[in-house]
Amino acid sequence: MTDAPAHRPTMGDLPLADRIARAMPVLLVPILLVLGFLAIGNPSSWLTLTVSGLAMGMMIFVMASGLTLVFGLMDVINFGHGAFISVGAFVGVSVVLGLAEWTQAPSLLLNLGVVLLAVLAAMAVTGLLGWAFERVIVKPVYGAHLKQILVTVGGLIVIEQLIHVIWGPDEIFFARPEMLKGAITFWGAALEKYRLLAVAVGLVLFVAMRMIFRRTKIGLIVRAGVENGEMVEALGYRLRLVFIGVFIAGSALAGLGGVMWGLYQEVITAGMGEEMMILVFIVVIIGGLGSVEGAFIGALLVGLLQNYIAFLEPKVALISNIGLMTAILMWRPQGMMPVVKAK
Amino acid sequence: MLMRLISGDRPRSAILTVVLLAIFLGLLLAPFLFPGVRSLETAARISVFILLAASYDLLLGYTGVVSFAHTMFFGMGAYGVGLASQHMGRGFGSLIVGSLAGAALAAAFAFVIALFSLRVRAIFFAMITLAVASAVAVLVSQLSQITGGEDGFTFQIPRALGPANRMGEFMGVSITGKILNYYVIFFTSLAFFLLLLRIVNSPFGRVLQAIRENDFRAEAIGYRVVRYRTIATCISAAMAAVAGSLFALWLRYVGPETTLSFEIMLDILLMVVIGGMGTIWGAAIGATLMVLAQTYLQDLMGSAAEATLAVPMLSRLLDPDRWLLWLGVLFILSVYFFPAGIVGRLRAGR
Repeated sequence: MTDAPAHRPTMGDLPLADRIARAMPVLLVPILLVLGFLAIGNPSSWLTLTVSGLAMGMMIFVMASGLTLVFGLMDVINFGHGAFISVGAFVGVSVVLGLAEWTQAPSLLLNLGVVLLAVLAAMAVTGLLGWAFERVIVKPVYGAHLKQILVTVGGLIVIEQLIHVIWGPDEIFFARPEMLKGAITFWGAALEKYRLLAVAVGLVLFVAMRMIFRRTKIGLIVRAGVENGEMVEALGYRLRLVFIGVFIAGSALAGLGGVMWGLYQEVITAGMGEEMMILVFIVVIIGGLGSVEGAFIGALLVGLLQNYIAFLEPKVALISNIGLMTAILMWRPQGMMPVVKAK
Repeated sequence: MLMRLISGDRPRSAILTVVLLAIFLGLLLAPFLFPGVRSLETAARISVFILLAASYDLLLGYTGVVSFAHTMFFGMGAYGVGLASQHMGRGFGSLIVGSLAGAALAAAFAFVIALFSLRVRAIFFAMITLAVASAVAVLVSQLSQITGGEDGFTFQIPRALGPANRMGEFMGVSITGKILNYYVIFFTSLAFFLLLLRIVNSPFGRVLQAIRENDFRAEAIGYRVVRYRTIATCISAAMAAVAGSLFALWLRYVGPETTLSFEIMLDILLMVVIGGMGTIWGAAIGATLMVLAQTYLQDLMGSAAEATLAVPMLSRLLDPDRWLLWLGVLFILSVYFFPAGIVGRLRAGR
C-alpha cells in the first residue's frame, strides 16, 4: 500500500479572486447602482432615475430574450425581431384606444383589465406573425448567416411598411389608462406608477423564465439544445418543433415588450421596433449571444446607465450605450456570459 | 490594354457585355445624349451609386461580411467635403482635403469596429455596425452647431464647377461648369471602380473569396482571416467615403437624409443583391437599375395609386410612399430565387 500520489486533487474552494471574476457580470449591476448614487449625490433623484432605468431595462430584456434564445437554439439571427415589437405596440394600442371607456374609467381593475387585454391581443398576434415569419422567411435559409441577415431585414421592412398601410403613415399619440398615470411619492422621490408596473412585470417574467428553464422538462431540452443540438436530436427530441415554439414565444415576448414600450412612451411609430432593435442588439451582444441571464444583466446595465448619464451629461447619453458595449467587449470579447457550445 | 484596365475580369456573357457597354457609354455621353437637368441628375446619381454599391460588394459579395454602416462611411465622405468647403472656403484644395479626411476617418472607424467584432464572430459585425451607424446618425442630427442637424447645410464648390461657368457650346449643348462637375464625378467614380476590379482580381481578392467560401479552411491554409477581413472592411469604408464625397460635390449639400438614412443602406443592399453578389459588374448593373427605377418608377406608382383610389387598400399599397414595401418584397424574393443576381443568371445562361 503506497501513499496517495502527491498530485492528489484538492477539494479546496476557488481563490477569492476567481470567484469574484466569475460573479463579476452579476456584480456589475449593484456596482453601477452605487456608482450612480455617488455621481448623482441626491438620494431622491437617484431613486427616480434608478426606477426608470430598471423599468427601461426590464422592457428591453423582454424584447431581447426571444432574440437571444432563437440565436442560441438554432443559430438563427433574426433582424426582423424589431417588426414584432412594432406590431405588438400597434395591436396593443389599438385595443387600448378601442376600449376607451375602460381606459378612461378611474378604476384600477378596469385599467389593468384593458392593459391585460392589450397585452394578450398583442402577444397572440405577434406569436402568430412569428410563426408565419419562421415558416415563410426564416425556414428556407437555415444555416446561412448571410442570407438570414438579408432576408430578415427584408421581412422587417415589409412588415414595417404594412403597418403603415394598415394603421396609416402617422405616429399615434394616446394616453395611458387613468390609474397608471401620475406618480407616487416615496422618500421624496417621484416614482411613476407605470414604471413600477413595468419593473414588476419584467421581474415576474424573468423569474418565470428562469423557473421554466431550470425546473421543467421543456426548459431542460431548450438548454440542452442550445449547448448541443445534435445530441438532443440524437436522443429523440424533435428540436425543430421546440425551435418553432421558442420562435413563437420569442416573437410574442417582443410583442409584449412593444406594448409595454408603447404605453411607456405614449406614442407609437412603425419605426419604433427598428429603433429598439439597436438597444436590443447591444444588450444581446454584451450579454453574450444565446444567454438569457446575460441579456437580463445587459438590459439592466443599458437601462440604468442611459438614465444616469442622461441626467449627468445629456449630450453623452447618445453614445453611452456604444461606450458600454465597447468596454464590455474589451473585457470579454464574447460578451459577459457567452453560451458554452459543446462542439 | 482594355483587359489590363478591367483586370482580366471579363463579363463572360454577351448580353452582359452589351448591357455594361450601354451603361458605360450612356454615362460617358449623358450630357449630350440626354440633355436636361433631371437626366443629368440621374446620371450623376448612378455614377456615385455604382461606386458605392461596388465598394459594398467588396464586403458583402467577396468577403461574406454584412455591414450596416456603409451609409455611415458614405456620410463621412460627404460631411468631410461639406465641412472642409465650409471652413476652408471654396476651392479644389478643400475638396481634396475633405475627401481625404473623410476617407481616413471612415477607414479608422472601420478598423476599430472590425477589431471589436470580427475577432469574435463575423455575425457580430452586422449587429455592431447597425448599432454604431445609428448612434452616429443620431449624433449627427444632434450636433447641429457642427453638422447643421436634421437640415444639413449647403456649401459652395469651386466656381469652375458651378453652372455659372460657361465654356461655350459643343454638339448643340452649352458646356457649363455643371457638366464639368459631372465629368469629375464620372471619371473619379470610374477610376475607383477599376481600382476595385483590380483589388478583387488580385491575390488578395482570391483570399477574400476563399474566406467567404470557408473561413475555417482559409485559416487552416495559413491566411489570417481576421486580418484579411479587417483590411477589406477598411478599403470598402474608404471607397464608400469617396463615393460620399462625390455625392456631396454633386449636390452641394450634405444632410442626414441624403447620406445617412437607413433607406440608402437598403438601396445599397438591394443594388448589390439584384446585380449579383460577388461580382463588381453586378454592382454596376444593380445601381443603374435601382436609380432608374427610383427616379422613374415612383412616378408610375403615384399614377397607379390615383387610378385605384376606388379600391381603398390597393391604393394605399400603391402609394409612392410605400415604395419601400415593394423594395422589401423584391429583396426577399431575389435573395431566395435569385441569389446570384442578374450577372449570375446571365453568366449561367451562357
